[in-house]
Amino acid sequence: MPQPLPSSVDATVDLLRHGSYVADRALSTSLYLALKLGRPLFLEGEAGVGKTEIAKVLSETLGRKLVRLQCYEGLDVASAVYEWNYARQMLEIRLAEASGDTDRGSLAKDIFSSEFLIRRPLLQALEPDVNGAPVLLIDELDRTDEPFEAYLLEVLSDFQVSIPELGTIRADQPPIVIITSNRTREIHDALKRRCFYHWVDYPNAAREVEIVRTRMPDVERNLSEQIVAFVQKLRQQDLFKLPGVAETLDWTRALNTLDCMELTPEVINDTLGTLLKYQDDIQRIQGSEAAKLLAEVNMATRPGPR
Amino acid sequence: MADTVAPPRGAPEVDVFETTGTPGRLALNIMHFARTLRGAGLPVGPGHVLRAMEAVRTVGVGRRDDFYWALFSVFVARREHQALFDQAFHIFWKDPKLLDRLMQLLLPAMRSEDGNKHTQAPNRRLAEALAPERLPGMGEDEQEELTEEVELDMAMTWSDKELLQKKDFEQMSAAELEDAKREIARLRLPIVDIPTRRFRADPYGSRVDMRKTLRDSLRGGGATIDLARKERVRRHPPLVILCDISGSMARYSRMLLLFMHAITNDRDRVHSFLFGTRLTNVTRALRSRDVDVALDKIGKLVDDWEGGTRIGHTLQAFNRQWSRRVLGQGAMVLLITDGLDRDAGDGLDEEMERLHKSCRRLIWLNPLLRFDGYEPISKGAQAMIRHVDELRSVHNLSSLKQLAEVLSHEGKRRPESVDAWVRRARKEAA
Repeated sequence: MPQPLPSSVDATVDLLRHGSYVADRALSTSLYLALKLGRPLFLEGEAGVGKTEIAKVLSETLGRKLVRLQCYEGLDVASAVYEWNYARQMLEIRLAEASGDTDRGSLAKDIFSSEFLIRRPLLQALEPDVNGAPVLLIDELDRTDEPFEAYLLEVLSDFQVSIPELGTIRADQPPIVIITSNRTREIHDALKRRCFYHWVDYPNAAREVEIVRTRMPDVERNLSEQIVAFVQKLRQQDLFKLPGVAETLDWTRALNTLDCMELTPEVINDTLGTLLKYQDDIQRIQGSEAAKLLAEVNMATRPGPR
Repeated sequence: MADTVAPPRGAPEVDVFETTGTPGRLALNIMHFARTLRGAGLPVGPGHVLRAMEAVRTVGVGRRDDFYWALFSVFVARREHQALFDQAFHIFWKDPKLLDRLMQLLLPAMRSEDGNKHTQAPNRRLAEALAPERLPGMGEDEQEELTEEVELDMAMTWSDKELLQKKDFEQMSAAELEDAKREIARLRLPIVDIPTRRFRADPYGSRVDMRKTLRDSLRGGGATIDLARKERVRRHPPLVILCDISGSMARYSRMLLLFMHAITNDRDRVHSFLFGTRLTNVTRALRSRDVDVALDKIGKLVDDWEGGTRIGHTLQAFNRQWSRRVLGQGAMVLLITDGLDRDAGDGLDEEMERLHKSCRRLIWLNPLLRFDGYEPISKGAQAMIRHVDELRSVHNLSSLKQLAEVLSHEGKRRPESVDAWVRRARKEAA
């Protein structure tokens, strides 16, 4: 069922919450502006802070189709926009020859018609949809190279694509565009200028508890608070890769699977691999450091008799 | 730098047009002025002089600012030449007795004629261009005195403020800049090209381009099918330069900055960082076309010139904040430092290892390698040498040229032992 776009920032917050995404005010504001003014939303941030999730939640809550373009280096028009189905075209030519049909003009028209066209994500996003314009997620744009970025700039400004054999395909309704980047390269200013930019940061403790509670209501409240407090402590440490929200959720899931009722140093040591993904980070935290952090967490969350 | 050129300042003390009544003298002066500009590095030819005279004749010499803009419109064709022209104009057409002005030129703080102290480092290239030029209204002895004055060792002012936190950049001398420019212009740094995932049409390519094949074949109604081919595009990887600007490297920093500026303006995807006790990203500053402007911007950005070095600390900052952002596409890294570390190599080993493992190739450029007795025995150097693919000297232009050769072939990870390798590297540097 297609839903109307939110009409205020509060409505945007509620919309995301409805899709069990706990967003802060700043992000909701950027998203509301992007939806309202029909510009792409450019989300940059560390891995695992919930950038891609926003697009998924948006498409679910608005009842729109989600079109995802996963970027990689060397992505080209053939895999991002469209490609002709060459095998079928060849067969068509052969069939035409066999049946003695040698009308060149009609043959060309035939094999370059839309039934031989393979639609890739960018083209799919421009096509009309019964549920309203789709949500176009351009994921990890920083993995592509500059030529593709320049091409994308063109597509995002006019929302149209030219196919020499077919003509220009234009979107009646521009799609809702969400672009994410992990900053493995600086995206060109020209592209950023056309978007609303938002840096997605790690959530604070209160919001992270809320995220865990929303996503996993069956986890004990004490445990989830303890988990979040520990992760927040970890983020203050000098680590190469800080754990994101995705890691917090993974860890909670892991501890829940292990029927863990509260954090102990042993449990932490055994499951640290779900939180930290670099060997030297794990080595630094494992053992005494983890125990020390846990003691600090317990002091803070459960103040004993004074 | 402001985007607009300041309008001419104040009325001239000795108005050129009153003293040089005849048009002939004016023409001569315009010619001298053009030669001054050329000496200062502006691309000015005889054609410009003729056009300038025509422009001045058309505009008339009644108003000074008209005269200024008439000349400006002829001699300035690029934004980065505005400041130079402005200075040259005010000096040349204001006070034919240039001696005092040039004396002031060599001081970092210049008094403007209205008595306001305003610190603006005048352009060194301009000072030199004006000096040997016989200027209107200047006598022989003044000329000589002036030449002597300008021949002062330019390096004196360079080291005057060495220990200040903010460095007032000495501008390059014209001769030095010309030499270096010429040399560096030949420095293309042909970094080895690596295959990308993109294709372009190539009749001898290794793959069939189906799209083109079918389009071509339809031209003939599909009767014949000639295979069109394509080949991978090859492209140079990004280059990341980490340059040490601590006290022990002071003698080289200027040349190295020049080198970095040249490379940045020669190719895309170059990122430059300077480090002493902290790390500064100077990539955007180096993109300014004019070398003086670029160095000026850097001078404002960096505030740990010629202090100590904390290589481990700054490399850690690089690894945490920048490595994922600039080393993403298989970058080559040039690490320019002498390896003398204030922290005695503390924490350097892990950080070097991380850096080495996150880039395509790590090349250490060490100016100390030119000395015969140099052994990488300091703790910092010991920690670094284990993790680099190549050790080269960098102390003069020829070693920069050799660098181009190193980068132009796909290097391997180091096969030989560290000792043998250092011996060989030193022999090559000698």
